[in-house]
Amino acid sequence: MGTLPRMMPLALGGGWIALIIVGILAVWFIALYNGLVRLKNIAKEAWAQIDVQLKRRHDLIPNLVETAKGYMKHEKETLERVIQARNAAVAVTADPSKGPAAVGAAENMLTGALRQFFALSESYPDLKANQNMLSLQEELTSTENRIAFSRQHYNDSVRRYNTALEQVPTNVVKSFGDFPPMEFFEIENAAEREVPKVSF
Amino acid sequence: MDLGLFDHIDRNRRRSVVLIVVAVTFLIGLGAVLGRASGTTPWGGMAGAAVIGLVLALVSWFQGSSIVLATAGAEEVSRDEDPELVNVVEEMAIASGLPKPKVYMIETPAMNAFAAGMNPKEACVAVTRGLRQKLTREELQGVVAHEMAHIGNYDTRVMVLMAVIVGSVAILSDWYLRSMRFRHSGRGKGGGKGEGIVILIAILCAILAPLFAMLIQFAVSRQREYLADATGAAMTRNPGALADALEKLGGSGAKLDTANRGTQHMYIVNPFHLHQNWNTPFASHPPIDERIRRLRALEGKRAPRTA
Repeated sequence: MGTLPRMMPLALGGGWIALIIVGILAVWFIALYNGLVRLKNIAKEAWAQIDVQLKRRHDLIPNLVETAKGYMKHEKETLERVIQARNAAVAVTADPSKGPAAVGAAENMLTGALRQFFALSESYPDLKANQNMLSLQEELTSTENRIAFSRQHYNDSVRRYNTALEQVPTNVVKSFGDFPPMEFFEIENAAEREVPKVSF
Repeated sequence: MDLGLFDHIDRNRRRSVVLIVVAVTFLIGLGAVLGRASGTTPWGGMAGAAVIGLVLALVSWFQGSSIVLATAGAEEVSRDEDPELVNVVEEMAIASGLPKPKVYMIETPAMNAFAAGMNPKEACVAVTRGLRQKLTREELQGVVAHEMAHIGNYDTRVMVLMAVIVGSVAILSDWYLRSMRFRHSGRGKGGGKGEGIVILIAILCAILAPLFAMLIQFAVSRQREYLADATGAAMTRNPGALADALEKLGGSGAKLDTANRGTQHMYIVNPFHLHQNWNTPFASHPPIDERIRRLRALEGKRAPRTA
C-alpha cells in the first residue's frame, strides 16, 4: 500500500506525456487532411477556370465569322466548319455528363477549324486590314493563351494533388475523406498540341 | 515527365528558408551574447531581441504597397488603355492560379518592372513605359511572370522579414555599444579577466553583427531573384523569353530616378546598377549574365507543355 502513492505521480506523468503525444498527432493529422483538401480544391477551381476560358473563345467566334463573311465570300465551307465546330463545343461544355475527354475532343475540333480559317485568311489582305479584325486579333491571341495556361494550371494542380495522394504521410490521411485521384486533361493528337498562331 | 524545372524551384526555396533560419538564429544568438555580457541573463537578451523584432515586424506589415506605388509615380492602367498589357497580366494570373493583380504604368523611358503587396489578394504589378515599348509580347509575358512569381512566393513578406531582422540587429548592437560607453565611464575595471573577454567578444559581435545581417539579407534577396526567374519560367514554360527580356534590360541605358535604396531589391533589375554584372556579397540582384545563363540552361530541362 505504501508504494501506491509513490507510483501515482509517475503514472500521472506518463498519462500527461501520452496525452501530449496524442494531441500533437491529432494536430498533425488535421494539417495533413486540410492540406489534401486544399490541393483538391485548387485542382477543381483550375478545372472551372478552363471552362471560363473555353466559353470566352466560344463567345468570340460569331463576331469573327461575321467580320470575315464579307471578305471571304468563296470560303463558305471553311466558315461553316468553324461555326459547326463552335456550336458542337458549346453543346459539349454545357453537358454535365461529358467529362474532360469529351470536352477536349470537341475543343480540338474547334482549334483545327480555326487553324484552317486563319491559314485561309492569309490570302485576304483586306480582311487583315479591317479595324474590327485588328482588335479581334489581340483578343483571340489572348484567348488561345488563356486556354493553354488554364489547361497547364489544371494539369499542374492535378499532378500536385495526385502526388500528395501517393506520398507518405498524406497517403495515410486520404482514406478518411473523399479523395479520388483526378485525371489529366490530355491531348490525344500531338499535332493538335499547337495552338493556332494568330498573326496578321 | 521531366520535372527538372520544378526541382530547381524547390531547391531555391529550400536554400532561402535555410538562410532565413540562419538570420533569425543569428538575431536571437546576438541577443543572448549581448544579454550575457551586459549583466542581465542571456534569456533577457534573447527576449529583448524578439520583442524588437516583433514591434518592427508589426509596423512594416501594415505599410501596404500604396507608398511604393506613389514614390514610383505609378498610374493604374485600364483594359481600354492597354489591352495587351492587361491581357498578359491576366494570362499569368491564370497560369499561376493567383488572383489578378492591379496593373500600373510608370512613365519613364527606363526599362524596369516591379511587384508589390504583402499577399496575393492585394498585389500589384508595375512596368515602365520603356519596358512596355521595347519588349515583344512574349518577353513582356516573361517579365510579368517573374513579377507574379515574386507575389506567389510571398517575396515581399520575406524581404520585409529580412529587413526587420537587419533592423533589429542594428538596434540591438547600437543599444549595447551605447550602454557600454556609459558603463565604462561609470565604474572602473570591475570583474575578472573572464568577464573582460566576454565583454570584448560582445563588443566585436555588436560591431560586426549589422554587417553580417546585411550580408544574409542580400544573399536572400539574390536567392529570391533566381527563384522568381525559375518560377516565372515554369509559369510560361518559356525560359527563353525571360532570358531575351533580361538581355534587353541589361543593355538599356536610361536610369530610373524614382527608385531608392529601400525599394531597389523589388525591381526586376537593380535600378542603380543596370549593367550590374559583378557578383559581390552586397548585390541585391544576381549578375544578369548568370541569370540569363541559368534560364538558357532551363530551356533544355523544361517540363513539356501540359496544355
